[in-house]
Amino acid sequence: MSQASALPPALEMTMVSKSFDGFRALSEASFAAHAGEVHALLGENGAGKSTLMNVAIGLYRPDSGVVRVRGEAVVIDGPLAAKRLDIGMVHQHYKLVKAFTALENILLACGGPSYGRGLREVEAAVRRHCAALGFTVPLDRPVGMLSVAEQQRVEILKVLVEGARILILDEPTAVLTDREAEQMLLTMRRLADEGRTVILVTHKLGEVKRYADRVTVMRGGRTVASADPDSLSLSELTTLVVGAPVERERAPSPAIGKTMLRIAGLSGARADGLTVLSDATLIVRAGEIYGIAGVGGNGQTELAEILMGVRAPLSGSIELEGVGDLCAGDAGLRRELGLAAIPADRSAYGLAGGLSVAENYAVGGVLAGRFGSWFRLDRKAMNRATEAAVSAFDIHGVRSPRQKVSLLSGGNAQKLVVAREFARPPRAVLAHSPSRGLDVRAAGAVHQRLRAARDAGAAILLISEDLDEVLLLSDRVGVMSRGKIVAEFDAPADRNAVGAAMVHHA
Amino acid sequence: MFADFLLDWLSAVPGFAVPFALAALGLLVIEKAGVLSLGAEGFMLVGALSGIGAILGLGSQPLPALAVSAAAAALLSVLFSFLVVSLRVNQVIAGLSFVFLAQGLTGLIGTTEGWVNRPVEGLRSLSLIPLVDIPVIGPVLFRQDVVVFLTVPAFAVVAWFLTRTLTGLRLRAVGDGPDAADAAGIGVARMRYGAVAAGAALVGIAGGYLSVGTARIWVEGMTGGRGWIAIALVIFARWQPWRALAGALLFGAIEALIPRIAAVGVQVPQYFIAMIPYLATLGVMIWTCLRGNGGSLEPRALGVAHLREDR
Repeated sequence: MSQASALPPALEMTMVSKSFDGFRALSEASFAAHAGEVHALLGENGAGKSTLMNVAIGLYRPDSGVVRVRGEAVVIDGPLAAKRLDIGMVHQHYKLVKAFTALENILLACGGPSYGRGLREVEAAVRRHCAALGFTVPLDRPVGMLSVAEQQRVEILKVLVEGARILILDEPTAVLTDREAEQMLLTMRRLADEGRTVILVTHKLGEVKRYADRVTVMRGGRTVASADPDSLSLSELTTLVVGAPVERERAPSPAIGKTMLRIAGLSGARADGLTVLSDATLIVRAGEIYGIAGVGGNGQTELAEILMGVRAPLSGSIELEGVGDLCAGDAGLRRELGLAAIPADRSAYGLAGGLSVAENYAVGGVLAGRFGSWFRLDRKAMNRATEAAVSAFDIHGVRSPRQKVSLLSGGNAQKLVVAREFARPPRAVLAHSPSRGLDVRAAGAVHQRLRAARDAGAAILLISEDLDEVLLLSDRVGVMSRGKIVAEFDAPADRNAVGAAMVHHA
Repeated sequence: MFADFLLDWLSAVPGFAVPFALAALGLLVIEKAGVLSLGAEGFMLVGALSGIGAILGLGSQPLPALAVSAAAAALLSVLFSFLVVSLRVNQVIAGLSFVFLAQGLTGLIGTTEGWVNRPVEGLRSLSLIPLVDIPVIGPVLFRQDVVVFLTVPAFAVVAWFLTRTLTGLRLRAVGDGPDAADAAGIGVARMRYGAVAAGAALVGIAGGYLSVGTARIWVEGMTGGRGWIAIALVIFARWQPWRALAGALLFGAIEALIPRIAAVGVQVPQYFIAMIPYLATLGVMIWTCLRGNGGSLEPRALGVAHLREDR
């Protein structure tokens, strides 16, 4: 390592900043990785890891800052420029043509003199790399039929055949089983030992401790530390990743009643068939906010979708105590039984952007017959109720109830969702990342509504990747990892303890 | 008597099958690149009119007239590509409006130029020398025009191009995984423009062959829905060239059979016959879905405009 440090870094980024529509994704981030090392880039979701690496491979142009490759300042204006500088990236979402074989995919990326000769050359190169790395990859089947781990190996082979000396792997173990992840990390070690630079983008502390020679920690778009992982304890690393607590006033529940929402043994699969929610069990009591913290992709989204009724569970039950089984019917039944849902993806599940404010507000009550019957829609009642809700929930930017919802800002659209969901006092509430994309004031208003519903006796299940939000609102915190609740904390929960549970189980 | 009927029928099949075959081949190229072209009927109409126009207006020979058909359809297809590839207009709507545009445009030009119902000389029959000497069927099947003889090699060339060349690999990548193709440095838009133009040229020849090759006359709307059948054929063939050729022969055989059985006094409702290609296509679609691999051979990005995720 000391020898490598004498050379200029293979990839060095200095004071790189990048904004999207006023949102500062990177602010003066600096990063340097040397040849022969596995360099971990560690941080939470949204810390700016992927943005920084997308700058390195030319998908994003930085607003300011300098990128040096092997000591020379360069401008990387696209993936081709990155390829010429021997930088290759294995994306989290593989860029493979599913109908093609591994060889065809690699040929597509690398080119060749002709189809037949190119295929033979690629095959020879692939076999060489496979032998060196101890890989096995089926070369003659469409990659769409291969396992996720095999597809990832195809991506790595692609980058290697292209001749990359600097490899960036974006969350390579996120979709792998433990055994596959182990092999993957050993492969990275071997690639580094061959003199390449391997950059491992991850949020898993364990991987960093065990496999990385060096770690750079990112938080909120900044690089907050760069160190030898052995010199830092796990708790020091945790603090670097999650940051110092933001002090905000908590408001504990006035009265917690008996169990209201009971989720037992719930399992569910992702759209691609992978089981990501396995045997999740938890209860939420009346007058309580139960917050689920966890690193993204550990089953939170699937749990929310099953609760909302847009995804069918594989097994398990969701019961509203004394009222009925939520899984027995569709989303309409859930609404009837008193479940309110604030989805994470407002535009997909929360609102119909092309319809009016009044239509979006009233749709929650139409089924219950509040706005007319099956053949007559009472527009006047709809507009009256909407206007009342708009002023009660302080929704700005509504000039008329007939105005299109897509014209509202994110915060006001979210307030409209909350207004509709709370139009009738709910028994239970699912709030999934309720303040995502909102400014501080709008987030505060939504939080205030959640607390008010809790104080009125509702059981509230809050799912959020924003640890601050979970800690601020929850009366009890559950940590979700690998599809189940792995730890529970009573409020006020210790931030570092929750953070440690989030990353250690991952 | 029956042998004569059979030979007469068989000798007519290739002429009826060629427009289906060439149109389906052109569509296949377009769809393999991920563009859904419901405007096939329109491209055929343009091909049919421009072929006859080249002969009547420019005094062209029949074969160069077919080249004019190809060029005219390819030219119009650039506008289609501009809409669906560059502007990312809904491909179904753009395709449908092209059919109506072509119907109006060809009707207008054809009637104002006075090209309606004017017989032309058309393509001459050639004999394929060694094969034409086969007794009985030789003179019947191997005395055809040059387009018939070129159709089978055209399928071979396209099949080879798609599966055995780098450009074909890139074209299929654009239709199957445009994101992956983009990441591999392939110009998705450029490839789609090229595929649409090449495919439309083939569809245009199919139309030109109808007016210049078989009918030897032009009337308004003379393609009579063959473009739609070609679309159905490509689905029917699960995007595989040789299956598309087989399907074209089948439907050519049916089309050739209708007037012949009517002539010997058997009455079959023409609407029933006209329905068969679509019925067969529906059947194939249902069958492939029930078998559990529905759409597995379909280009995954068919009908989807490509937009690089810039955030």
